[in-house]
Amino acid sequence: MTYDFQFDAVLASWDYLLNGAWLTIKLSFGAMAIGLVVGIACALGKTSGPRPVRWLINAYIEIIRNTPFLVQIFLIFFGLPTMGVRLSPDLAALIAMVVNVGAYAAEIIRAGIESIHKGQIEAGLALGLRPLQVFRHIVLKPALRTVYPALTSQFILLMLSSSIVSAISADELTSVANNIQSQTFRSFEIYIVVTGIYLALALMFSALFAGIYRLAFSYSIDRR
Amino acid sequence: MIRAFGTNEFLFLLSAVQWTLALSVIAFIGGGIVGLFVALARTADAKPLRWLATGYIQIFQGTPLLMQLFLVFFGATVLGIDMNPWTAAALGLTLNTSAFLGEIWRGCIQSVPKGQWEAASALGLRYPGLMRFVILPQAVKVAVPPTVGYLVQVIKGTSLAAIIGFVELTRAGQIVNNATFQPFLVFGIVAAIYFVLCWPLSLLSARLEARYAAPTR
Repeated sequence: MTYDFQFDAVLASWDYLLNGAWLTIKLSFGAMAIGLVVGIACALGKTSGPRPVRWLINAYIEIIRNTPFLVQIFLIFFGLPTMGVRLSPDLAALIAMVVNVGAYAAEIIRAGIESIHKGQIEAGLALGLRPLQVFRHIVLKPALRTVYPALTSQFILLMLSSSIVSAISADELTSVANNIQSQTFRSFEIYIVVTGIYLALALMFSALFAGIYRLAFSYSIDRR
Repeated sequence: MIRAFGTNEFLFLLSAVQWTLALSVIAFIGGGIVGLFVALARTADAKPLRWLATGYIQIFQGTPLLMQLFLVFFGATVLGIDMNPWTAAALGLTLNTSAFLGEIWRGCIQSVPKGQWEAASALGLRYPGLMRFVILPQAVKVAVPPTVGYLVQVIKGTSLAAIIGFVELTRAGQIVNNATFQPFLVFGIVAAIYFVLCWPLSLLSARLEARYAAPTR
């Protein structure tokens, strides 16, 4: 059995693919940015909020982390309109991604906050640093350093799982692939090309994040 | 014709759980067997083996699971094999799981202190004996909590089989929703069922981790 590979039909729509990839990147960065705000708020609420708030945040985190992303998308895209909220697929995709990544970010950031020893803060204050200085130099920077690798790999995971929003036809890379597939019927060719694009994006962003890490956190601290 | 959501619909969802579980079990066992070889290759002395395993892990961790399922599904057609959604989903999830478990277990194998490797080879153990009697028993202890935790990812991942048309829990939810048009209720129940499957595993993983973390320090 020989198969006649035809990539020209796929490559003819390269600008369409590029648009899809661009939306995937925009969706991922947008969701990550808003998700970080959600994550920070939840992490603070979980570490220092009153009990009902802690309980609610916990429920949110556990529910999101223990149900599939696809089902969360369906709940938002098909569920919300029955309550009178109309959403475009792109907006529903963004909301679903924010809700999803917010829960993971919350747990990562909480671990970062808890990694700072109380003694460090007390030592900073005893040395005469003002509270804001203590927060900036003693809490924030080491905490960021601790959570940075986990957050960046969460971003890559988010970008890859964004392909699932094609199930509601948001216009990102995988949806574009589905459209080209239904016009050209070159299924294998289109999906192998798109898989290659995802891989390139993932490798590119992990290299970029590693470079930023080296620039921003290159000071050495011995934490043992 | 719009139906009401009744006992029959609920039972249909419940019966679809068996396919979600079947896919999960296949992916976990198959992925575990392949993953062990991936982990061994990833920690092997021979450089080509390590490169091969690193590339394998990199490709599966750097591309969406959905694309992997599509490629298995459509790739089989290219090879002239008749592939149904069930086989494609089982095969795709197995390969994906093997890469992730391989990477998790690599970390566990490498967490065994160097002295243990040296002592074992000083005692004259060759690679199979060294792995079988010294390294793996210690690595397994470290590996249990993250492996149980990863099982949650496997179960959630099986939901993507719905997109290539295999009727497991999520696809069953779509079918029921198309007939009843009560998305909140239907997908709420679907989410609740996944939660009941996954949450105990998450709790167990966290508890095991807390228990094993203490004595190793």
